[in-house]
Amino acid sequence: MAVTVSPERDVVATPVQRAFREALYAAAIALGLFVLFIGLKTDQNISNELILVQRWGLLAIVVIATAVGRFLYVGYAQPAMERAKAQKAAAPAAAATAPGFIRRNFNQIGVAVLLLYPVAIVLLFGFQGSLKWVDNFGIQILIYVMLAWGLNIVIGLAGLLDLGYVAFYAVGAYAYALLGTHFGLSFWILLPAAGLMAAFWGVMLGFPVLRLRGDYLAIVTLAFGEIIRLVIINWREVTNGSAGISGIPKVSFFGLMSFNVSDPNYIAKVLGIAQSGAYYKIFLYYLILGLCFLTAFVTIRLRRLPVGRAWEALREDEIACRSLGINTTTTKLTAFATGAMFGGFAGSFFAARQGFVSPESFVFLESAIILAIVVLGGMGSLGGIAVAALVMIGGTEILRELDFLKAVFGPDFTPELYRMLLFGMAMVIVMLWKPRGFVGSREPTAFLKERRAVSGSFTKEGHG
Amino acid sequence: MNASPSMNDIILQVEHLSMKFGGLVAIGDLSFQAKRGEITALIGPNGAGKTTVFNCITGFYKPSEGMITLNRRDGSTYLLERLPNHEIPARAKVARTFQNIRLFSGMTLLENLLVAQHNKLMKASGYTMLGLFGFSSYRKASAESIDLARHWLEKANLVDRADDPAGDLPYGAQRRLEIARAMCTGPELLCLDEPAAGLNPKESAALNALLMDIRDTTSILLIEHDMSVVMQISDHVVVLEYGRKISDGSPQSVRTDPRVIAAYLGVDDEEVETVLTEVGDEDVIEQLDIGPDAAHGPGTSSSFLAGPVTDTIGHSEGERVTVSKGASKAGQVDAKANAAPRKPAERATAKPAGSTAKPRGGRK
Repeated sequence: MAVTVSPERDVVATPVQRAFREALYAAAIALGLFVLFIGLKTDQNISNELILVQRWGLLAIVVIATAVGRFLYVGYAQPAMERAKAQKAAAPAAAATAPGFIRRNFNQIGVAVLLLYPVAIVLLFGFQGSLKWVDNFGIQILIYVMLAWGLNIVIGLAGLLDLGYVAFYAVGAYAYALLGTHFGLSFWILLPAAGLMAAFWGVMLGFPVLRLRGDYLAIVTLAFGEIIRLVIINWREVTNGSAGISGIPKVSFFGLMSFNVSDPNYIAKVLGIAQSGAYYKIFLYYLILGLCFLTAFVTIRLRRLPVGRAWEALREDEIACRSLGINTTTTKLTAFATGAMFGGFAGSFFAARQGFVSPESFVFLESAIILAIVVLGGMGSLGGIAVAALVMIGGTEILRELDFLKAVFGPDFTPELYRMLLFGMAMVIVMLWKPRGFVGSREPTAFLKERRAVSGSFTKEGHG
Repeated sequence: MNASPSMNDIILQVEHLSMKFGGLVAIGDLSFQAKRGEITALIGPNGAGKTTVFNCITGFYKPSEGMITLNRRDGSTYLLERLPNHEIPARAKVARTFQNIRLFSGMTLLENLLVAQHNKLMKASGYTMLGLFGFSSYRKASAESIDLARHWLEKANLVDRADDPAGDLPYGAQRRLEIARAMCTGPELLCLDEPAAGLNPKESAALNALLMDIRDTTSILLIEHDMSVVMQISDHVVVLEYGRKISDGSPQSVRTDPRVIAAYLGVDDEEVETVLTEVGDEDVIEQLDIGPDAAHGPGTSSSFLAGPVTDTIGHSEGERVTVSKGASKAGQVDAKANAAPRKPAERATAKPAGSTAKPRGGRK
């Protein structure tokens, strides 16, 4: 936060005087900025003519709010922060050495919370009330966690900037949708099949872009994502175009119980409990949670294997890799294939959960959101990425719940329309505050004496 | 190929190597040999094509012409110009370091050395599959690789910092780490591109000790500007100028070769005569009457004989060299030798590579 006062004045002025002056400046700037944005509004009158509506009251509120905010910030918040900083500097050792209980056991707590989440929700809201919380929040967030963890292999570990990741998600979803509806194959067969198919397309994409680096790679992967989407839209005979595929079979409980009410082995009939759609959602929740754990397990394991180290080495310096006898071609392709495979898993799960797929679910915005989650979370860090997914996806979902805002802003206010605005603001703030994402440091994969996190200032983002 | 026993003490044979970038001849018809268990130094003024030779040997460039033969200890022979880049370290066991250090700066020292053992570990992990499911064979190989890494960290005197990121090391330690990393690939020939660049005398001495230690197991090919390193540790020196070999032999013979002196200092400057007088090469002094073409040719590389070159921001990938007519100082010496045929027989003996070159005059 730049303080715009010159140092000579700073010596004379007390914080409150300074705050007052700053508040005046801020008010003037806000007035200049918003006089056309807020003070005037174009509208149509009853005879369809363009008229200017003047909203001086609202403008005044905004300007005063800005001035008061600046006054409080400069006059009170800033000195308070300075004091806190000075206090921290005075007693540094205690705070630095002992991270809190939550910090130390972050992963264990996270896993426990995820496992107990549906139980807690059902206890709190009952089966019917749990639907929204398990489905919209739990499953939705976990899908993005999984996608981001998959993309993390490509971007965070191997340093290959892939802007078309959603293509593999689409391949996985359509693989399940088409094979499931046409051949009636079970989810449990099609899940690995969809993963393999996505991995195959990952290699297909990998081959032509092997020689590309940085921006060029990003452009070609972006194009690849669009190509897959356009093929899906236009290849009507197979994919039914933009109308999409509906009636995709549900996942069964490992073939033992079904979640279709009409089936003889419907879960409620088998177990002798009341009918409810919540069983399926809870089952899906644990299914995607299992897939996420699989992704995390494989990622953690791979990092400690030579191939994972080669990915990270590739991100750091490709030429040095070649001088050490690492085949960079296969290393890049395995990164693309592994990342794509998890995208494919997530895609087939998505198709099974929705029961309907259409090209609209696989637009570039999805790729961008997944990428944003990876970058916000901190490239390479699973925990950070999970938190970022929770914030980004959970945050946008929670906007739908903010009905009380209607009371403030009027009945035609729909908070979810401000999704992208908040999304962008959140990204800017986080990137200012933590340029390397929530978790900027890197865990070494091997150690002689003690495991010490590598600061983000040493790791590279990769350029190829 | 010709893996006869007599060939086996020659580890690397470069024959008629040429590298052209379009019309630029970076290396022209270069032939030399490196013997097993020796340190062969490749020296020459800036832009002479030394790093290009390295890039050809290690597969980063495909040479336009010529043959690079590597004889491994087990008798197998590889033609390096035909091997893909990454197979040269993997199969022919040639490792290299870079002029501008290329470490994996965000990885710890230990991880750097483990990445160097990629191929071995890859096999042990059953190309990832066995390792993914945690088979014990991989765990054993992994422990062995850590032991090897620890061994080289100790040799490079870096074991205390094994768990620090490589980017956090001071410059001299990064140089040593890069050598240790190259050694972890288990090479038979180690190519070092200016390992002593930017090192202080103490670090330089430590580097010499490390290289002498390595020489017991691995042959070394070395590019170096620091003459104290070259003269102290190398067994054999090859001198390049404008991509052509101008001298080849023991450090002593190369040091007194007038062609080498001419290449480094030029033959037109007044002080060169004094240098030559100091060296004691009277033949050359007599022939210096004929003035060379001063308009062409490189600036004198005065830092060269003065000591270590501190400027390490190197030509990273390609050294492009134009050979303009009459630029070669060594060529001018030759030209003068031909123009002044006073002692043609003696001049002729200086031209063939290495073995016949003898120290002239009283000093060294």
